[in-house]
Amino acid sequence: MINKVVKNVEEALIGVENGMTFMLGGFGLCGIPENCISELVNLGVTELTCISNNAGVDDFGLGLLLQKRQIKKMISSYVGENDEFERQMLSGELEVDLIPQGTLAERCRATGAGIPAFYTPAGYGTEVAEGKETRNFNGKMYVLEHAFDAQFAFVKAWKGDTAGNLIFKGTARNFNPMMAMAGKITVVEVEELVEVGELDPNQIHIPGIFVQRIFQGTAYEKRIEQRTVTSKS
Amino acid sequence: MALTKQQIAQRIAKELQDKWYVNLGIGIPTLVANYIPNGIDVEFQSENGLLGMGPFPIEGTEDADLINAGKQTVTILDGGSLFDSAMSFAMIRGQHVQLTVLGAMEVAQNGDIANWKIPGRMVKGMGGAMDLVASAENIIVAMMHTNKRGESKLLKQCSLPLTGVGCVKKVVTNLAVLEIKNNAFYLLERAPGVSVEEIQEATEGILISEGEIPEMKL
Repeated sequence: MINKVVKNVEEALIGVENGMTFMLGGFGLCGIPENCISELVNLGVTELTCISNNAGVDDFGLGLLLQKRQIKKMISSYVGENDEFERQMLSGELEVDLIPQGTLAERCRATGAGIPAFYTPAGYGTEVAEGKETRNFNGKMYVLEHAFDAQFAFVKAWKGDTAGNLIFKGTARNFNPMMAMAGKITVVEVEELVEVGELDPNQIHIPGIFVQRIFQGTAYEKRIEQRTVTSKS
Repeated sequence: MALTKQQIAQRIAKELQDKWYVNLGIGIPTLVANYIPNGIDVEFQSENGLLGMGPFPIEGTEDADLINAGKQTVTILDGGSLFDSAMSFAMIRGQHVQLTVLGAMEVAQNGDIANWKIPGRMVKGMGGAMDLVASAENIIVAMMHTNKRGESKLLKQCSLPLTGVGCVKKVVTNLAVLEIKNNAFYLLERAPGVSVEEIQEATEGILISEGEIPEMKL
């Protein structure tokens, strides 16, 4: 088996430079690569383009990179939970490309699957479709959307083995699998790194072929954004 | 009396049909799950990657890895399933989800909907709404009839950036149930005690009311 293990987050992020384009998994704060984000803050790389469904909250997730003004451009679908983001965007400090969530997911998938572009109905007739090719298929209008080009994808999985095979948990899966497929260099942090043979091949969500570097993550906070419960009684 | 948000959800729940997969948006739509009619099996799809979404977890059992599209902690019912975002939107665009219920800032009489951006003031993003409205066979908009300034949200033409074009066919507000067709709002039902005149007053778009308009039954 080809061993993908790096010893820590510092080694995992070797090659990261100013001005690069990254994909970062997660939906809200669920399934975000916490260790990689912390290290990007430590490295102080700037002028980044980040492709991520959301932009974290003010003091966690990608919000940490926004605070330090490390991000030049965000490509996201929903950014409603981050006041600093909204401030930087409305003042023009931050360039923002808001795109439909399904289009974002499919563009990531297309990137990894070798598909340069595809047609989707989402956004037809709205400002999202401005300047894009449109086409009628069977009486309905569609918009041409393109794959991305990302130097690194930062992915969070639940379990992974040394060959880079991944299993996700709950709704922390979200964008992580497609981004894992899409990165030129895919860096995966896992809650539990195991030896090959320990994961059931039938249960693998993402095969190790898509993964270049994997490491055991540490100190997961796994913050809950909206704690909603029903009382015990 | 105009309906409360809970009652709007209660009225929309009567539109649910047996064996439907349903996507509920954030806000009033989420409340629809509390009023599923007896004898009907529906499954809720959450676009962040969950089918068979259950109620909020019992206090102390909440899991950071199990949330809905509103980032709220939820549970998964027996028979539920988990998947990635690309597969989730394959379900949506591929029309495997029968009903979408979502909120709106504006709806126009031609079925256009706006709910993601107020230029220069509020930019939260469209999330999954553009994919949902571009694909769903049945879309119900759940919203208040007027905005906080008392202005109608049912318009001749949307003034805000659109989320989708010509896609909304039904609107349930605190005042009325309306169907959109022939470039007009057709009044189907009134909230209990609310007159056709009051609904007309609160509707900027063309309102057509034919014959006796019944009160909603909740």
